[in-house]
Order: sequence, then C-alpha cells, then structure tokens
Amino acid sequence: MASLDMNAEGGPKFVGDPLAIPKIKCDSMEDLESYMAHPKHNTDLGFPGELIDNWKEVAIAKIGELAENNRAFQVYLDTCVKCGACTDKCHYFLGTGDPKNMPVARQDLLRSVYRRYYTFAGKNFPWLVGARDLTREVLDEWYNYYHQCSQCRRCSVFCPYGIDTAEISMAAREIMNTIGMGQKYCNEIIAKAKTVGNNLGLNPKALRATLEDLEEDLEEETGLSVRIPLDEKGADILLITPSADFFAEPHIDGLLGYAKVFHEAGVSWTVSSYASEAANFGMFIGSYENMRTLCLRIRQAAEDLGVKRIVFGECGHAWRVAYSFMNTLAGPFDFLDQDYPIPQHIMEFTHDMILKGELNFDKSKNDHFRLTYHDSCNVARGAGMGGYEGGQFDLPREVIKACCNNYFEMDRDTTHESTFCCGGGGGLLTDELMDLRIKGASPRMTAMQQVTEDHGVTHLVAICAICKTQFSKVMPEYGYERESILSVHQLVANALILTGQTIDEDTAPEGDGVATEVNS
Amino acid sequence: MGGSDVSATLFALLYYVATLLLVVGVAMKLRRYAKAPAPLKIPTMPAPRTMKGVYFRLLRETVLFESLFKSNKWIWLFGYLFHLGMLVVVLRHFRYVTYDIWWWLELIQPFGIYASYLMIIGLIGLLVRRFTVERVRYISSPSDYLMLVLLIAIAGTGMAMTFVQPVDIIAVKGFFLGLLRFQINPLPNSPMLLVHLALVAGLMIIFPISKLMHGPGLFFSPTRNQIDNSREKRHLAPWAKKLEE
Ligand code: HEM
Ligand code: SF4
Ligand code: SF4
Repeated sequence: MASLDMNAEGGPKFVGDPLAIPKIKCDSMEDLESYMAHPKHNTDLGFPGELIDNWKEVAIAKIGELAENNRAFQVYLDTCVKCGACTDKCHYFLGTGDPKNMPVARQDLLRSVYRRYYTFAGKNFPWLVGARDLTREVLDEWYNYYHQCSQCRRCSVFCPYGIDTAEISMAAREIMNTIGMGQKYCNEIIAKAKTVGNNLGLNPKALRATLEDLEEDLEEETGLSVRIPLDEKGADILLITPSADFFAEPHIDGLLGYAKVFHEAGVSWTVSSYASEAANFGMFIGSYENMRTLCLRIRQAAEDLGVKRIVFGECGHAWRVAYSFMNTLAGPFDFLDQDYPIPQHIMEFTHDMILKGELNFDKSKNDHFRLTYHDSCNVARGAGMGGYEGGQFDLPREVIKACCNNYFEMDRDTTHESTFCCGGGGGLLTDELMDLRIKGASPRMTAMQQVTEDHGVTHLVAICAICKTQFSKVMPEYGYERESILSVHQLVANALILTGQTIDEDTAPEGDGVATEVNS
Repeated sequence: MGGSDVSATLFALLYYVATLLLVVGVAMKLRRYAKAPAPLKIPTMPAPRTMKGVYFRLLRETVLFESLFKSNKWIWLFGYLFHLGMLVVVLRHFRYVTYDIWWWLELIQPFGIYASYLMIIGLIGLLVRRFTVERVRYISSPSDYLMLVLLIAIAGTGMAMTFVQPVDIIAVKGFFLGLLRFQINPLPNSPMLLVHLALVAGLMIIFPISKLMHGPGLFFSPTRNQIDNSREKRHLAPWAKKLEE
C-alpha cells in the first residue's frame, strides 16, 4: 500500500505540475558519467576494445556514413529550425534543468560537429551556425549526454518535423562504439544475451528450476496443474518475455498471469532457453547488426521448437523491436501461422480472450488497489497493438478495467502519446546513473501524485520490465513504497478464476520483496 | 541612365545565379534525402495504417502545423502568422513574372497588405521569443537571429515600397518578364527596391544550405511519412539486404 505523506481529504494541494519548466542550470549534469564498457564486452559486439588512436577521423567518417545510410539521421541534422518547441518536452530536462538535456540541445552536440565537417556554412563560417571541431572534450560531452537520453521519443511527438532525438542518440552511441567507447551496462548485457540467451546470464538449468518452482506455486494456489513449459517442441506458441519475468517482483506475477491465461485458453505454449529474452539492447546502441543477431535467435528458437505463433510478454522496448523491426530484421516469418499477428503481444492475446468472454474475473480480488496506468514510451510511441491506430493505449486499459474496479487516469498531457518516460529506459537502468533516474522520473511521479491526491491512487501499473524495475527503485523517493508498481498481468492473475479452480479465502499474491535488481 | 543600366545588369546576373543555386541546390539536397534509405520503420506512433492516412498526416503538418500546435501555442501562433503571411505575399509576387494575371492572383490581391502585417508580426514575435525565452536563447546561433532579421528586412523594405516610397511597379514587372526571355530591361533606380531585391536573392542563395530546407525536409521525415504496417510488410534497406546474403 502506498503511504504518501499528504492530505487526502480535500486539503490544499501540495502536488506540483508535472509539466513545470525548471530554470536553466547550465552543466548541472555534466559530471554524471555511466561506466565505460570493459574491452572484452566491446569486442564481443564487434567493436574495438578501447578508444582507437585515430578516433577522430573514424568518428567523422562514421557521421558521413550514417547520413548516407539512414535518412532520418540526415534529414534531422539538416532540418531543425531551432524553434524551441521541444525544449520543455524531455523529462530529463524537466527533472534536472540542465539545458543540454533539452532535445534540440542534445541533438546539437552532434549537429555542431556534423555542420563543421559536412556543411558549407559550418566549414567556412563555424561561428555563424554554431559549428565546432570534434575534440576530446566534445567526445566526452557526447558520452555523458547521449547516455542521459532514454530514447523515449517524447520530443519527436512535439517537433513540427518529427525530429526524433532518439535516432540521433542511437547514432551517437553507434559512432562512439565504432571508435571503442562503449557503455558498460548496454554492451555487457548484449554480450550476455548473444551468448547465454538472456540479459541476466541465466543458464537453462537455472531457468528450468525457476519455472518448476513457479509451477508448484501455481498448483498450490489454484489446485490445478498450470504449466510454464520450457523448450517443449511442437508447442503452438513460443513465449518471448523479458528475463526479469523469471525472477523479479512485480515481473514474476505478470508471468504467472500469462501462464494462467494460456492455461485457460487451452493452448500449448513454451518458453525457450535458447531465446529466453525479449529485451533487445541492440536498439539502445543503435546497432542494426546486434539488434538483428538477437532477433535471429528468436527466429531460430521458433524454428527449432516448431511453433506456430510467437507471443511477447510485457516489455516496452522489446515490443518496439518486435512490432516495428523484427519482421524486417529476421523475417519473413512465413513458417508461422499467418492467421495471427506476427508477433503477437500478450495483451492482444488476453484482450481477445476477454472479448470472446472466455475469461472469468472476480474483480474484487483487486479491490485493495487504486490504480493508474503508465503508458511505457516504447509501446506508446514506438509500436502498435490490436491492429488499429492507437490500440496500444486501449488494450491495456481495457484489460485492466476488465479485472479491476478502481481505475483512474493521470493528466492527459502525461499519458498516451504524450506519456513521460519512467526515467530508466534506453540503457540507463544502471546504478551509477541513479541521480539522473530519480530526477528523470519526477514528471511521471508528479502526475501520479496528482491522482493520489485527487483519487487516492495507490498503485501504478505498467507493461514494461524496465519501467517496473525503475519504478520499484525510484518510487520510494517520491513517497510510495517500492511495491507500488504492478504488472498488468499480475492484476489479471489476481482476478482470473480458472475453470475448476479451488477457491480459498484470499488468493491475491502480493509482492514479497524478491530481488528487483535486474537488467532488462 | 548609365548607373541604372549597370544595376540592371548586375541584378539580372544576380537573379540568374541565385535561381540556379536555389534550384540546383534544393534538387541536390532532395536527391540526397531521397537516396538515403530509412532502414527501419520508425513512424512516431500512433501512426496511420494506410498511405492515404500518411498523406493526410503530412497535409495536417504542412497546412496546420499540427505537432507544433500540440507543442507550444505561442510558437505556433507566431510561426503560423509568419508562414501564412509569407505564403500570400509570395503568391502575390507571381504577378511580376506572369503576363496575364491569373484569376486567383486577382483574388488574393486585396489581402496582400494584411498578409504582410501578419508576416511581420509573426517574425517579430519569433525574434522576441528568441531573445527573451531563456531556453530558446540557449539553443540559438547567430544565424538563427540573422535569418529572422533577414526576413524582417525583406518584408520591411517591401512594405516601405507600398507605404513610404512607391516604385514603378510596371517597370519592375518589365524587368522580370525580360529575365524570363533573357533580356535585360531597365530596373527603376530606387534604393529601397534594390535592397529588397538583393536581400531576396540572398535568401534564395542560402535556402538550400541552411535550415530553410525544413519545408521540403518535412516530407522526408521518417517519423511522419511512414505507414504503421511493419508487422504485415517487410521494409528492407538495400544495404541491409546485403547482410542476409
Ligand atoms: C512546406 C513549407 C513549410 C513548412 C511546412 C514550414 C514550417 C515551419 C515550421 C513548423 C516552423 C517552426 C515554427 C516557427 O518558428 O515558425 C518553421 C520555422 C521557420 N520557417 Fe518554415 N515552413 C515552410 C516553408 C518555409 C519557407 C519557404 C521559408 C523561408 C523562405 C521558411 C522560413 C522559416 C524560418 C526562418 C523559420 C524559423 C523561425 C524562427 O527562427 O523561429 N519556411 N517553418
Ligand atoms: S522542435 Fe524540432 S525543429 Fe524545433 S527546435 Fe526542437 S528539434 Fe528543432
Ligand atoms: S528521446 Fe526522450 S530522453 Fe531523449 S531527448 Fe527526446 S524526450 Fe529526452
């Protein structure tokens, strides 16, 4: 239960405005630096281990190469008119006041160099157009500030040309990786996912043991044999889910929810130990090749297991990669059943079942929660759901409302396509960036405090593993308990009454403080 | 007459060069934008599910500045006044390069003066914002101020010829019609006119090498011009295809 220290009975409002614009505090986040990657992790990904001697030439050449190979990069570097419309749209700027966290200023860190080496004005009149040489100081500035962007794309919604700072920051990270300046958190994880199959480095044996434990829990709770199968050849559905779902709270409760829904639907399904990770950090470092390699693992697993469908669990950026990129990167998936979306989101699956009236809910099982929903940025602005425009907003809400009584919306300027990032996305979910993560969460937390004050909301629901981990870390900073973040399928699991289930007094499983220290 | 012959010749040359640079420059930029592949589907979601929907989205962005409206009402207001005013003003200038005045030119003729007010108000509003709003000042380079100053100067000298120092418009028309058939006709020797024409030529020259490419650039922006159909359709860039071989 949330325990917010504030007047809930119509007292004066203490909560601020989630959109409040701070005063500029120049360079206030300048020294925040995420750890650099170990040489081994860089080379695992096909990059030089350490900063190469001719880094400057290589970096400049890479800018030109990207401009030729990626229209977004080229067009966005050229077309910004510095109108300033995006300057107050980034949660990191709102939270820190550092002007270099304003989207356009973040782009300018790279644009200034592009102009110096690739444009007439920048070559001849650098002072006129704010062009500058690439120096070690500039490179360090890139490293720090491109690792203060969660690639949430909120800025791109509000830019008159759709300039997407996420594209620039992905490109910048790719340039830095190309010269041997990778970030530890991302590169270490990608290396693990490429070798072991998941971000946690969880081996098949440990995974099997975990899933068997969970099956026992389910049997104890329901009196039924609700399975979480691993590597079962010939299953209809391959479930690809973030590895956090296997052992962290509240993620696990979501996994139990998927299992119950699949059980009730009577479909055969399986998890793969070879591709036991939905997350794809290749996107965060802008690496098409690494992203593709990880997607090909999923394809391989689907082929090896002979499944007919692929369903993704609750994960934000994974869903963006799956929905928007996977067909391109690892398709065509003509060996799968074409009657279903490829891939399908677990929310689409559950929503379908609800529409067909096949799920029987006891909503009162969730009555101890007063809920609001956090649209995760990669689902909201990077993917779709349900096969129609805006389905990614409706489906989760409809599922929540189908199994809960107390649901409230946050300020519309902070939800749907305008949602604020949790503050931990895009490869920033690492402890050394905690200061940034806490500050970056402030717009979302302020919007939540508003509904707490107005409607007594106690819990936040999300469908992203990064959001869940981030919130369980930062919510205590804002007066909530760390268990105040829930999975949507946790609510489903609580309320779903399985056919033939033994009902006891209180079956709602609650968070019991399992480790939340996860990397996905 | 000698001085004005020289200036007519100079301006004739200037306008040939400026037109060439503008057309070739923009064409080269557009070719570059068109040639660079968009390797992945990245429309800002929710995005249209049909091509018709995409055209409609681009139309709204061009005609209404939809995203900007969502974003910031002041920038939208000033930006919209400026662009709308400028559009009408530019269209009105067609009368200097056509023999017969088209019917729609007649139609917008009376609005010309109001349009120039709108344009100036919008430009001044944008300039004031640039100086006074801390965040916008932070991201502005000298060129960003100069661009607005240039446009204000163009509009200002143009309006001065309407209100303060009228010029022989028939002669100006004669000069430009002449250019179209490679003849150099006399140009009225009015300082205001010459400054106006020089500034406009300057604008044409810098257009393709500056942020003014934002107009055409909008139509190449992948976050705005892509369809949301990535689950149904593969979208492979030529360089990415090579990875599969
Ligand atoms: C399809 C055509 C065009 C579209 C959709 C378009 C749209 C926009 C938008 C949305 C802005 C940002 C808001 C603002 O500051 O007004 C802008 C800025 C600007 N536009 Fe355009 N524009 C177009 C054509 C042009 C042309 C032809 C010119 C000049 C010759 C121009 C000059 C400018 C300038 C100078 C700015 C920056 C204003 C500032 O400094 O704040 N635009 N445009
Ligand atoms: S909103 Fe777009 S055009 Fe305006 S300053 Fe930001 S990135 Fe540039
Ligand atoms: S993508 Fe998100 S984090 Fe990055 S600059 Fe834009 S708003 Fe900020």
